Amino acid sequence: MKKVYVYKGFERFWHWSQAGLILFLAFTGFEVHGSIHVLGFEHAALFHRVASWMLIGLIIFAIFWHVVTGEWRQYIPTTQKLAEQIRFYAVGMFRGEPHPTKKTGLQKLNPLQRLTYLGFKLVLIPVTVISGIIYMFHKSIDKNDLVVISDIPLESVAFWHTLGAFLLMVFLVVHVYMTTTGRTITSNIEAMVTGYECEEEEEAAEEPVGGVAGAPAAEVAEAAEKKAGEETGEKA
Amino acid sequence: MNRTIIGIILFVVAVLAFIRWFSIEDEYYNLKLEKLKQEYSVTPVPSVDHSKLPALQKVFATPQEVTEACNSCHTERHKEVMNSAHWNWERVTYVEGRGVASAGKKNVLNNFCLGAQSNELACAACHIGFGMSDDHFDFNNARNVDCMVCHDNSEEYLKGASMAGYPDRNVNLTKVAQSVGHPNRINCGSCHFYSGGGNNVKHGDLEMAQLSCDRNLDVHMASNGMNMSCVACHTAENHQIKGKLYSVSSVNYNRATCEDCHTTTPHFDDLLNRHNAKVACQTCHIPVYAKENPTKMTWKWSDAGKLRDGEPYREFNGDSTVEYLSIKGTFHWAKNVQPDYVWFNGTADHYLLGDTIREVPVKMNTLFGSHGDKNSKIVPVKIHTGDQIYDKVYKTLIQPKLFAMEKGDSAYWKDFDWATASEAGMRRVGLPFSGEYDFVETVMTWPINHMVAPKEQSVGCAECHTRHDGRLEKLDGFYLPGRDYNRTLDASGSFLFFAALAGVILHAILRYRADRKRKRELLGIGSESVKREEL
Repeated sequence: MKKVYVYKGFERFWHWSQAGLILFLAFTGFEVHGSIHVLGFEHAALFHRVASWMLIGLIIFAIFWHVVTGEWRQYIPTTQKLAEQIRFYAVGMFRGEPHPTKKTGLQKLNPLQRLTYLGFKLVLIPVTVISGIIYMFHKSIDKNDLVVISDIPLESVAFWHTLGAFLLMVFLVVHVYMTTTGRTITSNIEAMVTGYECEEEEEAAEEPVGGVAGAPAAEVAEAAEKKAGEETGEKA
Repeated sequence: MNRTIIGIILFVVAVLAFIRWFSIEDEYYNLKLEKLKQEYSVTPVPSVDHSKLPALQKVFATPQEVTEACNSCHTERHKEVMNSAHWNWERVTYVEGRGVASAGKKNVLNNFCLGAQSNELACAACHIGFGMSDDHFDFNNARNVDCMVCHDNSEEYLKGASMAGYPDRNVNLTKVAQSVGHPNRINCGSCHFYSGGGNNVKHGDLEMAQLSCDRNLDVHMASNGMNMSCVACHTAENHQIKGKLYSVSSVNYNRATCEDCHTTTPHFDDLLNRHNAKVACQTCHIPVYAKENPTKMTWKWSDAGKLRDGEPYREFNGDSTVEYLSIKGTFHWAKNVQPDYVWFNGTADHYLLGDTIREVPVKMNTLFGSHGDKNSKIVPVKIHTGDQIYDKVYKTLIQPKLFAMEKGDSAYWKDFDWATASEAGMRRVGLPFSGEYDFVETVMTWPINHMVAPKEQSVGCAECHTRHDGRLEKLDGFYLPGRDYNRTLDASGSFLFFAALAGVILHAILRYRADRKRKRELLGIGSESVKREEL
């Protein structure tokens, strides 16, 4: 197996801090919403506000990074192999077929990911963040010379913000599950941590177990790793 | 790999710590508040000692002589007083839905002792004049202005019971006249604490406990705190006193507000400051009222008139409050009451004598305001309910004659006859009485502005921002985060979330099973060995 450098340093930093912030914002946000009771409304609202500013800052950095590195091109939607990708998740995966697309540094997203992440970046995040900013500055009266947004009722602002939150949570569930559909269960997450993706070699796909996604594959991979570690004497 | 994971965990912890660090509100020294405290802790020394004035070195035979002595130096002040609502008991104002109207104690009914008309002999104990015994009082006679009731600093002055506003016969007028100065709490309190026939009956947030209290009861008036007098906030210019009492007032003008001193941005937290756009200071800073002594919450006049052996009687509750009076009916008292909340823009309407009853319960006063109104804020109120006598034919509330010195003068408190009392009262106010009466439910709303609690006791966020049993549960027409949510969105959002969860779990199970099956086939090993593996 050869290792391919797919995710760059900033990308990984951005991904994980965004993940952490979104989880934290969901946690505090649903407390503000009244769905859960852990921190108490006051703290939840306060932390939600602070974390939201951090996320906004991160997103600004991420946009900058995407523009200057040209990485934004990774998200240009394509229909090429889109059907194959969908078919893979629906059928092929159960038959042990190999991934229809390959991950490289130049092309790290499969067509389905391209579409999903483009929607995530262009619709879901903007809807949630913009409605959140309006929410944050929403006060419907100007007696105190404060920043005021009075023409949009808070009810609809809250609607869009909550809608975004729910969709983000749905995204989270599917996204996290999809990470297990790599070469092994944890290989995709490993790649997002280390930056390196282990690419399947041609003959590896022919091996009985190696090309199979799922729990047994992971066991095999783990065993292999263990063996390798013993051999080199640098077991972690 | 492991090191990276530990790194990520440490990073997340660092982010959370970062959030917490940014969230801590520093205990800054609140300079704004300290400046106010300094300003109000300085007691001005009066420039005149009235006990040294020659005009006051005499024995006054009548209280009017005192007024004349006052006017001999303060030559124009009586004109200011005679231009005030405290004197006139009415104020001509614009009222929404009514136009320009005159409203005040002369024609407004309340939910307690009902109204002053025909009962002046007793009610005038709270008029700043002498000799209002009936409706022939001369509001243009400067001699009848009672300067002493507000300006006595000797605590000697006392209005006589049932004496039409004259002082008690035992009052040493010379001593009182020589002591005059700025009004103290008891000057205002002698009427405003005891209105409605006893301590704290009407307001709930103004009572004799505030003559000497601690910070827990009232941060402004606390003896161990700022020890402020009423007039520290209710300042006056030309005897026009700041502040409105919406049991009789109608206009959003010359009000005494918290913001006058504390500004609209008293908090360090900008989010709290922004609440002030829609939430009055009092809403959070007066969590409960009637903290020391109970206040009347209901008054049922329909129960009045029961006699024992032909004599009126009274019954007490366990806490020595009066539960029943033959002359007044049944009361319900309460202590440490959590206020109700309404939208209020500072304007109000009142039930004026002669108004036709259009809704039940009859609103004795109506506080205007709504979420959509830019001038409206959420304010705490005491809601006082009860029932009153009304004319079944003319559909009007009745002003009965309650008070008289002797029996046989049509007064209900002596004769216990609603028909004659109503007839006498309505004749006095010039309204028809059909002779047919019954009782109708009434409600009166009292804004709560006093008994401000120390900041540690302020209403917490979650007391309103909560889905159930919040303080603002009954207020509608606006979206309150934490209380309100879109049911459809929440239901479909939760459904989507759990559907996605179920979907991936199902997908995972199918994957696992397909994988095992294929593994078995691919390895070409019999099912026995697989079983052994499982064991």
